[in-house]
Amino acid sequence: MNVQQVLNQFQSTGVETCFHDRHINPQIYADLNGKNWSIKDYEARGGYAALRKILGKDGGEGLTQDQVIATVKESGLRGRGGAGFPTGLKWSFMPRQFPGQKYLVCNSDEGEPGTCKDRDIMEYNPHTVIEGMIIAAYAMGISVGYNYIHGEIFHTYERFEAALEEARAAGYLGDNILGSTFSFQLHASHGFGAYICGEETALLESLEGKKGQPRFKPPFPASFGLYGKPTTINNTETFAAVPWIIRNGGQAYLECGKPNNGGTKIFSVSGDVERPGNYEVPMGTPFAKLLELAGGVRGGRQLKAVIPGGSSSPVIPGDLMMKLTMDYDSIAKEGGSMLGSGAVIVMDDTRCMVKALARLSYFYSHESCGQCTPCREGTGWLWRMVDRIENGQGRASDIEMLDSVAGNIMGRTICALGDAAAMPVRGMLKHFRHEFVHHIEHKTCMVDAGV
Amino acid sequence: MISESTKTRFAREVAKFPADQKQSAVMACLSIVQQEQGWVSPDSEQGVADYLGMPVMAVHEVTTFYNMYNQKPVGKFKLNVCTNLPCQLRGGQKALEHLEHKLGVHAGETTADGLFTLQPSECQGACADAPVMLVNDRHMCSFMSNDKLDQLVDSLKKAEAV
Repeated sequence: MNVQQVLNQFQSTGVETCFHDRHINPQIYADLNGKNWSIKDYEARGGYAALRKILGKDGGEGLTQDQVIATVKESGLRGRGGAGFPTGLKWSFMPRQFPGQKYLVCNSDEGEPGTCKDRDIMEYNPHTVIEGMIIAAYAMGISVGYNYIHGEIFHTYERFEAALEEARAAGYLGDNILGSTFSFQLHASHGFGAYICGEETALLESLEGKKGQPRFKPPFPASFGLYGKPTTINNTETFAAVPWIIRNGGQAYLECGKPNNGGTKIFSVSGDVERPGNYEVPMGTPFAKLLELAGGVRGGRQLKAVIPGGSSSPVIPGDLMMKLTMDYDSIAKEGGSMLGSGAVIVMDDTRCMVKALARLSYFYSHESCGQCTPCREGTGWLWRMVDRIENGQGRASDIEMLDSVAGNIMGRTICALGDAAAMPVRGMLKHFRHEFVHHIEHKTCMVDAGV
Repeated sequence: MISESTKTRFAREVAKFPADQKQSAVMACLSIVQQEQGWVSPDSEQGVADYLGMPVMAVHEVTTFYNMYNQKPVGKFKLNVCTNLPCQLRGGQKALEHLEHKLGVHAGETTADGLFTLQPSECQGACADAPVMLVNDRHMCSFMSNDKLDQLVDSLKKAEAV
């Protein structure tokens, strides 16, 4: 075997993470098998029908820009990247009458620990992202777009480029799409290992060929984005949801979920479960059901804690989590955390929360871009303190100091990475303070096994 | 410095961006250089800077900001093992330690025969596939149990020996 053949043996097939029958009424992941990613298969699944519909190429009258945006607003679709901002509202911020160039950007820089949903979308159903972006570009009068893809998933980047070629050849991308007056060029770009580029303005800097250091906001990208031009940025899964909404209507999408939390959501379940993977389920599905889909806690152990929305979201104790439903409002209002990107990190009763936090704090310290002092210095400070507590060298004053440093980072940085580093610390101290106290007093762990 | 075939690949990246925004292709160009040469040397940075018409320091800023660019030569196979929390919960750290033992090097080091460089890495965005690792930036390997790690290392050695 040559090197390429050797490496291909270890490539994921999607069988474990995506092609299982444990989604509930899936839209984005429906009927995928790994072999049917190409344009003909996508069209056979109803793909590009939404684009034909808005352009009036299906025998109908077509939709105006306002009608497309109204439909997306009606759907209740909220940004799937983490912030949960209403998508239709974001689209309405774009100054459509602006005479110069405008840009559309897809944020596929999926690096929030725990999150691996966009990779499977682009790998196995890339055309739904492309169609969603074309529809968005039409609604906002945009002629050029980019999909910025996480540098670590190069195979997926190449898959997406191949899909773009197919879409161009079929007349869905380029000049005068499907014979209409609407033109849209779409390209793929990639990162190369920087968590911070998932932050939208850092992503824009990176797309401009610079260090990925976030910009001060305002001005927001809608007025000053890529190359200083009006720009709309959405997450991959957000775009992927759009074709279904146009085909079936905003109300139908909203009814898939619950009020203010429309549609389905893909949850990436990782950690101590029997079957880690991506699960597309209706918004508002009980966490207990999601855990069941993922095969339950590994080895039949007890659920100790769940980080519900990617590593930046505060931890929730297992017993509280079992009472929550998976939607923006339940996780925030009842759980005191965030749905974030939908990355559910499950931890069983053998896990040490101090050790878990030490790893996360190291991550944020490593990935701070260094621009703002509270984050650059504070994240390292947090990590060093948690690390010494973990290693039996903690001081009694450390817990208050951790809280103080976290509090002094929050709200004092240009972007959300500072908050993202501070929130897990505060969440852990809120719910598992006794473990930190035990570590400091006894110089050892409350649980047997290390993480 | 930069070969004609490499420049053809560069041109494809530059074409994605507006004519006055060639700098946008710097990430892709540096990644191409690294794929072909194994690392990004100061000479390569100069070559990319000249090609894109940007200051070499601006290229160097990019090389040094992003984790995956190799600022010095590495082994023939760079193995990046994710050790972030979701992977760690499913043996990511143990996979790194297994490779340390198997290869006889510490994380961050290169084997004496120059074949393997072993590194820990941050989240690769494939958490449900844990343990995951990247080989030479572009090849992700999933569900890397100790058996599969052994198989990978042994097979790569064999492929190189041919």
